[in-house]
Amino acid sequence: MNRRLQEAALIWLMRALTYTVVFAVGFIILDIVWKGSPALNWEFLSQFPRRSGAEGGILPAIFGTLSLLLGSSLIALPLGMASAIYLNEYARHGRFTSIIRMAIVTLAGVPSIVFGLFGLGLFVIFFKFGASILAGSLTLACMMLPTVIVSSEEALKTIPMSLREGSFALGASKWQTIRTNVLPYAIPGMLTGAILGVGRVAGETAPILLTVAAFYLPRLPKSVFDQVMALPYHLYVLATQHPDATKVRPMQYGTALVLLLIVLSVNLGAILLRGKIRKRYAKLES
Amino acid sequence: MSNWKDKVIKLIFLSAASTSVLVVALIFLFLGNEAIPFARDPGIGELWQSRWSPVSFVKESFGIIPLITGSLLVTLIAIVLAVPFGVGGAVYLSEIASKGEKEFLKPFIELLAGIPSVVIGFFGLIVLSPLIKQVFHLSSGLNAITGGILLALMAVPTIVSVSEDAIRAVPGYLTEASLALGATRLQTIWKVTVPAAISGISAAILLGIGRVIGETMTVMMVTGNAARITLSPFQSVRTMTATIAAEMGEVPFGSDHYRALFWVGIILLLFTFALVLLSHRIMKKYKSLP
Repeated sequence: MNRRLQEAALIWLMRALTYTVVFAVGFIILDIVWKGSPALNWEFLSQFPRRSGAEGGILPAIFGTLSLLLGSSLIALPLGMASAIYLNEYARHGRFTSIIRMAIVTLAGVPSIVFGLFGLGLFVIFFKFGASILAGSLTLACMMLPTVIVSSEEALKTIPMSLREGSFALGASKWQTIRTNVLPYAIPGMLTGAILGVGRVAGETAPILLTVAAFYLPRLPKSVFDQVMALPYHLYVLATQHPDATKVRPMQYGTALVLLLIVLSVNLGAILLRGKIRKRYAKLES
Repeated sequence: MSNWKDKVIKLIFLSAASTSVLVVALIFLFLGNEAIPFARDPGIGELWQSRWSPVSFVKESFGIIPLITGSLLVTLIAIVLAVPFGVGGAVYLSEIASKGEKEFLKPFIELLAGIPSVVIGFFGLIVLSPLIKQVFHLSSGLNAITGGILLALMAVPTIVSVSEDAIRAVPGYLTEASLALGATRLQTIWKVTVPAAISGISAAILLGIGRVIGETMTVMMVTGNAARITLSPFQSVRTMTATIAAEMGEVPFGSDHYRALFWVGIILLLFTFALVLLSHRIMKKYKSLP
């Protein structure tokens, strides 16, 4: 009896630990949604900040974040997907392949602020791009590369060998096989990986701090060599640098909510897409 | 299709795959490039001091020891808190929760991984730090423990998902044999499943440490940023990451201070690189088990 009691207690302990985390997540999100939603209105989304962010809106920050996401995706998605195709379709087990894999694992572990330093040293200073959308996008692209590669490769791994073998048996070349018999089936899964990668960098602040983000800009950028404002940095500035922090509280919560919505909808998109694909494969196999 | 065309296409994919290697090499190269001149003048010994005061009218001091201890203290607090929640959560999700319950719980953990660090930091600043101040009767809620709690929360998703994979990889015959011998469900979990998955779980914890030690925005917003050597969780500390993020924007290009910040970056990179290598080695070992 005693042992059974002990057993139940331990199970309840683990349950409590798990639900504490769930509760904390729910609490944070509800807090941001609850206090942020009153600030959300058309003016907030469509206007420039006034009086150093205490009034007006966050249009340039939304625009900046979206342009950085677009820019970094345009760079990282083709590169990451092509890397995954190489690793899964072409690479043999060997020294070079394991160096590539080690590099991807290392890249995934590099702290975001170190990416910022790297972007500053290479893109801003060495390539003389200055603090710009281009430098920021390149930095973020480097950061999302490992996520895109790893999850695209997962998608390629789910394609049965028989599809490739059938194509080879008919005399198709390697590339013909990949193009006609692998990619059409793998693309949705690879896109999921790509979106997860975008989700990983969407809310990042540290890498853009040193490479692109501006404190305040009176107009939208004209080219990729201009600086932009960005939502995470705007939130940071409003929360820590503003002289009258309590007065801008609604603005802070509004910015946090918009950022959260953008990041979570990107992630949710990936999760929904993944679920859909899994169902389709489940059907295929049965 | 001709043979050479296929070769060109392969070469294109190969060069794409080589980008990662190139980026890693460039990271080391460019951090080194900006940092090395400091080692010649004023010399690398300048870093090994106990006072970080890079802007001073009298004499600047670039001692990074308080920054390292600051990072280590916050990381230690975070990991001590995150391990029970992370490992307990992984065991609960993979071994105890029903399928329906798991489907309800899992999205929360995934959601947590998706919340931007600046939003967590903001929440910490507005909600958690006043609470900590009140509960422990402190003069300020911006200290190592506030940072540690928030970072623990951010490490949990990593620890849960990697540990869960490790637990799921434990062969079914081990648990079945244990149950068949009359062990209870919990005895099987603690004496068989978790020990069999222990290398994967330790790799998960190492990855969690890597995530925590490299985290920037949250610690910059809630730890108070006073560069001091302390073991007290209720003191304000300044981490390596926060130092770079806070000071790099205002530092004159090419100055000693600028180069010292790159040194901080290199040390941070070496820390995380060692963690990644170690966890990779452990994972490889457990994957090669039958």
